[in-house]
Amino acid sequence: MTDFRLVVVSAGVSDPSSTRLLADRATQRVTALAKERGHTVTVTTVDLRELLPELPAALSSQLLGPRFTRAVDALGAADAIVAAAPVYKASASGLFTSFFQVLDNDLLIGKPVILAATAGTARHALVVDEEMRALFAYLRALPVPTSLFASTEDWTDTGFGTRIDRAARELVLLMESGFARAVRDDAWGAYQHSYGSAGGTELDIDLNSDLMRLATGGTLRPSTDEDPFDPRKG
Amino acid sequence: MQFGIMSVSDITRDPVSGHTPSEAERIENIVKIAVHAEEVGLDVFAIGEHHNPPFFSSSPTTLLAHIAALTKTLTVTTSTTLITTNDPVRLAEEYAMLQHLAKGRMDLMLGRGNTAPVYPWFGQDIRQGLPLALENYNLLHRLWREDVVDWEGQFRTPLQGFTSTPRPLDDVPPFVWHGSIRTPEIAEQAAFYGNGYFANNIFWPKEHYKRLITFYRQRFEHYGHGTRKQAVVGLGGQAFIAKNSQEAHDQFRPYFDEAPVYGNGPRMEDFEEMTPLSVGSPQEVIDKTLTFRDAFGDYQRQLFLIDHAGLPVDMVLKQLDLLGEHVVPVLREELESRRDPEAPANPPSHADLVKAKYGDAAPRQPRPNANRGDNVTGGSPYQDSESAVDSYPTL
Repeated sequence: MTDFRLVVVSAGVSDPSSTRLLADRATQRVTALAKERGHTVTVTTVDLRELLPELPAALSSQLLGPRFTRAVDALGAADAIVAAAPVYKASASGLFTSFFQVLDNDLLIGKPVILAATAGTARHALVVDEEMRALFAYLRALPVPTSLFASTEDWTDTGFGTRIDRAARELVLLMESGFARAVRDDAWGAYQHSYGSAGGTELDIDLNSDLMRLATGGTLRPSTDEDPFDPRKG
Repeated sequence: MQFGIMSVSDITRDPVSGHTPSEAERIENIVKIAVHAEEVGLDVFAIGEHHNPPFFSSSPTTLLAHIAALTKTLTVTTSTTLITTNDPVRLAEEYAMLQHLAKGRMDLMLGRGNTAPVYPWFGQDIRQGLPLALENYNLLHRLWREDVVDWEGQFRTPLQGFTSTPRPLDDVPPFVWHGSIRTPEIAEQAAFYGNGYFANNIFWPKEHYKRLITFYRQRFEHYGHGTRKQAVVGLGGQAFIAKNSQEAHDQFRPYFDEAPVYGNGPRMEDFEEMTPLSVGSPQEVIDKTLTFRDAFGDYQRQLFLIDHAGLPVDMVLKQLDLLGEHVVPVLREELESRRDPEAPANPPSHADLVKAKYGDAAPRQPRPNANRGDNVTGGSPYQDSESAVDSYPTL
């Protein structure tokens, strides 16, 4: 039995919000399925609407206010994520993308994510797979194969419940596999980091790098890339 | 403990009066500001380096030499000198010249610069910014310490038998600070050479700088330059002072709200809470500044940013009066009484460096040899330096 930490990020701004509703339905299924398999799930919800007052500072000077900092800490400790956005003007909402653009590139490495979006029309259905999935690919997170999208008609469609179920099961299995933790333990150094990234936790300083040798009066190693087609070499 | 001001040299429209100073006006005013800094009892004036409007400071050594000529005790310095896009050979020459004219009342702070388009204007590539900074300093360090330098690196043409002139004043190189807020390699380089380390302390919560300053102190000790406490640390800061908190906030708010970089972003009150900015009465500024020492340990230089964002010159001069009369004397006393005796009170002055190098002996005064045909190819450019090969015997 494991206690999993699930963080739900919702960018819905109305109250009640259908985006939040979708995120909650997915979260309930994740919690129920995990329980069936003998696990418990601690859920933390990040309602991005509440971060709005801190967003200008975060975007203009990477200055994270107290709520942003709490959200980053929660995501850094998360075993899995549910990320839900409303679609505005054929795109995931600006609040949603702004939030994830402010985060460190390495905060979400390997973490399983359910991607979810709501819209007023089914014509926006591909926003989840074509846009949100690319964002999470960049962050090197692991979106589950089943994306969730709900336009007006989906809320009364029984097939939608099946899809939520499928996405939730995919998320639970990925959490259970321990992939995120394993890849971070085994290969953290293989990803690009900067000092103080990963929500301020990436503080290792490698003193044995080429740049550190240069910093201490050495020279950069001469390039060993030899051109195999160099005509001067006969 | 040294106190001073640092200017980024921005020429910004005053959002209250709508007046944008001309370049001529702003340059004239910065000289007034620097001179007044000495008049109110401050120790340091620092100028930034930029190569695009709306900034004027593309030639910091010219400005600083002029200011040094108008002052008696003020130390002139930079915040920062671009170690990436400037040729280290030119830096060695220009700052040695400034050092002579200022009679040693100068030092300099090196930084990478954060304006991306500047790199290609000077034939460099911003993607190489960090290795450029590191390699260029390695060369600058040698140019000031060796009469004749043979050198080869990744980024500039090799040097054969090159002598940077004039040699530093008393053959003692200027003290160098490395400015950085996020790069461990820069802190490592500062520690390796036993140079100073400066954190601008403007944008981010102070915890952010604390880690790198701690790292710099550890490495300074590791390289045998002294204990952690003896490492030389400088900090920036930003202050606006008025009689009371309300007045300070009312006066500064229009400038804060439209300031370059963070304007139109966070609320001033949030920025005050999250960063080292202090807006308030002299006592409030004193209290906030004292927290810097609590966070970073004893440090040797505090620079305030007080002349940016379109603040009119009269207001800046008034800020200097308040700093000099009500803030700095109290800070000097408070910080001196709290200072660990092991920690240096000030960064090394020219006199300190001369003493460290020569003790009571007279400093070296290099006198060039007459041209024997080898003055451009190395060998023995000075009368007291020995030629490796005596290839041009006199008749």
